[in-house]
Amino acid sequence: MAVEERDAAAARDGAAAAPDIRLENVTKRFDDVTAVDDLSLTIDQGRFFALLGPSGCGKTTTLRMIGGFEEPTSGTILLGDRDVTGLPPYRRDVNTVFQSYALFPHLSIYENVAFGLRRKGVKGDDLKRRVGEALELVDLGDLGRRKPRQLSGGQQQRIALARALVNRPKVLLLDEPLGALDLKLRKQMQLELKGIQNEVGITFVHVTHDQEEAMTMADTIAVMNAGKIEQLGSPADLYERPETAFVAGFLGASNLLPGRLNGEGIVGLDGGGDVRVPASALAGRSGRIAVGIRPEKLRLAAGGAQADGENVLEGVVAERSYIGVSTQYVVETSAGPVTVYAQNAEPGAGQAASPGERVSLAWSPEATFVVDQHEEGTR
Amino acid sequence: MFLHRHPRLIPYLLLLPGILFLVVFFLVPMYYLGFTSLQSGDLFAGYQFTWAWDNYRDAFTLYQSHFVRSLKYAGLATLIAFLISYPLAYWIAFRGGRWKNLLLLLVIAPFFVTYLIRTLAWKTILADQGIVVDALRTLHLVGEDGRLLATTTAVVAGITYNYLPFMALPLYVSLEQIDTRLIEAAEDLYASSVRAFLRVTLPLSLPGIFAGTLLTFIPAIGDFINAELLGTPRQLMIGNVIQSQFKEVADYPQAAALSFVLMAGILVLVLLYARAVGSERATRSAA
Repeated sequence: MAVEERDAAAARDGAAAAPDIRLENVTKRFDDVTAVDDLSLTIDQGRFFALLGPSGCGKTTTLRMIGGFEEPTSGTILLGDRDVTGLPPYRRDVNTVFQSYALFPHLSIYENVAFGLRRKGVKGDDLKRRVGEALELVDLGDLGRRKPRQLSGGQQQRIALARALVNRPKVLLLDEPLGALDLKLRKQMQLELKGIQNEVGITFVHVTHDQEEAMTMADTIAVMNAGKIEQLGSPADLYERPETAFVAGFLGASNLLPGRLNGEGIVGLDGGGDVRVPASALAGRSGRIAVGIRPEKLRLAAGGAQADGENVLEGVVAERSYIGVSTQYVVETSAGPVTVYAQNAEPGAGQAASPGERVSLAWSPEATFVVDQHEEGTR
Repeated sequence: MFLHRHPRLIPYLLLLPGILFLVVFFLVPMYYLGFTSLQSGDLFAGYQFTWAWDNYRDAFTLYQSHFVRSLKYAGLATLIAFLISYPLAYWIAFRGGRWKNLLLLLVIAPFFVTYLIRTLAWKTILADQGIVVDALRTLHLVGEDGRLLATTTAVVAGITYNYLPFMALPLYVSLEQIDTRLIEAAEDLYASSVRAFLRVTLPLSLPGIFAGTLLTFIPAIGDFINAELLGTPRQLMIGNVIQSQFKEVADYPQAAALSFVLMAGILVLVLLYARAVGSERATRSAA
């Protein structure tokens, strides 16, 4: 453990924010299908980086190209300063935690973890110690003699992690590593993975289609769609200021109200009425746009009570469903149906407005984002 | 009603047809075979049960060379079939793609023709005036008066050919089941392609190797068609001896004793083999 920590610390101090992985104009085509389309990406040393997107968006192909399991059709892949395009997986300083783990069924847990070290010529006491440390890191020090099939899904997952980390790679690739676990275990493993990444300080690149998983663990997320990166940023960036309708729809729920530019920091809604938005959100936009508001940022008020400077939309409650922590309303407005999540913070809060009642929806201009208008992603 | 009160009996009742079948078609014949093997007499005077252990002594002394030859031919044919089948099965399993089923069909295609006809066809192929011998003579791989038919080579080749699918199919099945991500994982963990094969693919295909070699070796060691059609008396195997003792000499007790010795020998060999390969490990890793 001590050695691992020292290595991690050295890595963090030595190469602060140096790029660890660089993809330059990488394209991958399978027959007629373009899986990854002219993708450029830089991932800094020590990051927990998530590639997030729906299935078929090219995230797994991107990961497999970094790992060396797929050759890019064009473009360059660099690890550190080294061009690894065209190198086989066994000549890259990268290890992978595979979807469904891919533990060797014929080898013991100990031998699974020792596999990479043995190939590198680590022997004797050194081997024993490092395998032991790796098993300790994932809290499974006493399972070395078992076979993979004697372990639960969660344990296999940890062994897969130990088997990769024991080699102290430059980069650890995780291909939907938690997909096969049940919800409760998944939540627990998300926190553990994050903790382990902090501990070892290795760059993690994590592929997932689960936005919550990506937001829990990653410090940087690239949202991918149709082989391209839609938006890259911190979880808060992506959630608070999505730049496209796709990102807004993929990370959480949002209301998108169509409209057009109507002056400095003002959008005129198609259904009538103006909405104030941060001027920065409108930079470089023109023509058909949509104003976005997250359902939990809307405040429901009976009548016309609102603070100065807030955006207001009038409507009639169409539906109300009580979910426990919050109550979910659908309000018919002139701009279309709007979803509102009202926190049930106080007793009786869930009954604030009944279906059929006229209400006004108020929200702060700062909580408003703007996307180009598309048909997709308006859920 | 009865079964409702005794649910534990259901599995045994389900086994009953199988057990009955084995009793009628395996245990009873085995009993008669054992019984016959200890008889003495001749076809005209009739055979009597006399505890004639001489039959077994003769089996070991008179026919020892046939046993040894059978062992050699079957072992050699199994080895060659393995060396041919493994790359074949590997290629179909991992590179066959959408042609997989067609390729498998081609592997078993010879079975659409009867065993005897296939072997007779080999007789034509290997004939002294046939194209194979001609070609080999042109290449000076065979002397001017050299021949293929009626040689050990022909018999072993015939056995190899006839039992090849029994080797190829189990190998294919075990290779096909291997999750290719395991091979990727090995390469990810710094194993070159060759190392990944030796450390992952080969051990995981062990159940197929075990099944394939047994399915080839066991019928091959008792084979008599290939030696009869493609060989000479110098290539006769133990199967030929049993056949002639039974059909031509009509010495049923001797034929029965030879059969028993052959069966016992195979059983011992299989047990030793299973020990060496570790069939428990082999079958487990398939799961």
